Amino acid sequence: MNIDGVRNGIVIDHIPAGKSMDIYGLLNLKNLVCSVAVVQNAQSKKWGKKDIIKIDENIPLNLDVLGFVDPNITVNIIQDGSLIKKMHLELPETLTGVIKCKNPRCITTVEQEIVHSFKLADREKRQYRCVYCDALYKE
Amino acid sequence: MEIRNLINITDFSVREIDKMIDLAEDIMENPDAYQTRCAGKKLATLFFEPSTRTRLSFEAAMMELGGNVLGFSSSDSSSAAKGESVSDTIRTVGCYADIIAMRHPKEGAPLVAARRTTVPIINGGDGGHHHPTQTLTDLLTIKREKGRLSDLTIGLCGDLQFGRTVHSLIEAMLRYPDNRFILISPEELRVPPYIREELKSKGVEWRQVEKMEDVMGSLDILYMTRVQRERFFNEQDYIRLKDSYILDNKKMELAAEDLIVLHPLPRVNEISVEVDDDPRACYFKQALCGKYIRMALILTLLGLAKDEMKQGKEEVTA
Repeated sequence: MNIDGVRNGIVIDHIPAGKSMDIYGLLNLKNLVCSVAVVQNAQSKKWGKKDIIKIDENIPLNLDVLGFVDPNITVNIIQDGSLIKKMHLELPETLTGVIKCKNPRCITTVEQEIVHSFKLADREKRQYRCVYCDALYKE
Repeated sequence: MEIRNLINITDFSVREIDKMIDLAEDIMENPDAYQTRCAGKKLATLFFEPSTRTRLSFEAAMMELGGNVLGFSSSDSSSAAKGESVSDTIRTVGCYADIIAMRHPKEGAPLVAARRTTVPIINGGDGGHHHPTQTLTDLLTIKREKGRLSDLTIGLCGDLQFGRTVHSLIEAMLRYPDNRFILISPEELRVPPYIREELKSKGVEWRQVEKMEDVMGSLDILYMTRVQRERFFNEQDYIRLKDSYILDNKKMELAAEDLIVLHPLPRVNEISVEVDDDPRACYFKQALCGKYIRMALILTLLGLAKDEMKQGKEEVTA
């Protein structure tokens, strides 16, 4: 399968297989007018399979979203066909406006204007808690 | 002055809590010295769900400090009934009051409130989440009755899974050294995993038992809560254990002479009325302590505590 190389843009690499569409949604990539290629189940020496997203424009990215999905993801910035920056991510300490609290007793379920916010509770288990009700985030 | 709120008991350091307890005891000893301390100040009590002790003790506390009180006692009698948000209600009330105590059925509502106003917010209970002024009340009662907050064997009995006062009290007492915990409950109502993890990580002495009778003699404090029939998965278990969670004079005979019995109230039948006359029954003293600790809290948050209580924000430590 051939996907054109990116000349000026971003390659989000080492996405765990099956997670690319989650990122596509969380980053609102559907709103872009430039070309976006989502490659699923690409071969990976390290993981066996991986997903890749190629964006044909240098847009500002919410790295917290990517770090939350998987801190092993890498972000490559391409300019004039050359890799000018490779970014490694980590789990963000806080996540604001990215995921939603599902605890039906949480105030965020009734107050529409509150921006959902989470804090990292356990780095090893990659667990986040709602800052309002302390409920653990579950997918 | 930096605005302080009380949303969770851990918003205050152990040293700050100790100072507040000292202040409450000073108010108890010298009430006249405090009767005009809040003159000209207004406390708003915004209770979006019913309460007896918490709301009335806040109001009595402010009145005894010479301040005034305004507010509502149910969401039906506020604009919440018209669909007004907590954020808008708080922005409005923040224009009228100097300090706000609120109870709301939704967890996290007081934190939303604190982010929407510049007056101090006190969490008077948010769903099954936090109830920090009850914990302060419990600590003051224990300090007065036992003379210390460390080196105590605390038995917590009843519904330990859903009881927010139990969780907060364990978290608060874990911050003082050498306390031991005996958790008395049916298997299906044991404390949630995160509390067990906390007990394990602190390396304290703790255990879980099913029958109160087995441990009565080893307790310094018995903290009672209500066990409801509908919480059991199995009717036979309820029948087997139900009497174990009702405190009566017969069980009190098994206890030490210096035991104290606490209960956040309201009680239904988990403490027999006959126990009320036992000098070890401290739950109504506890209700009285609730007023004095709230007086100390109001003074502290308004920056009106005595000089030794106004040393600014301490670093919050676990």
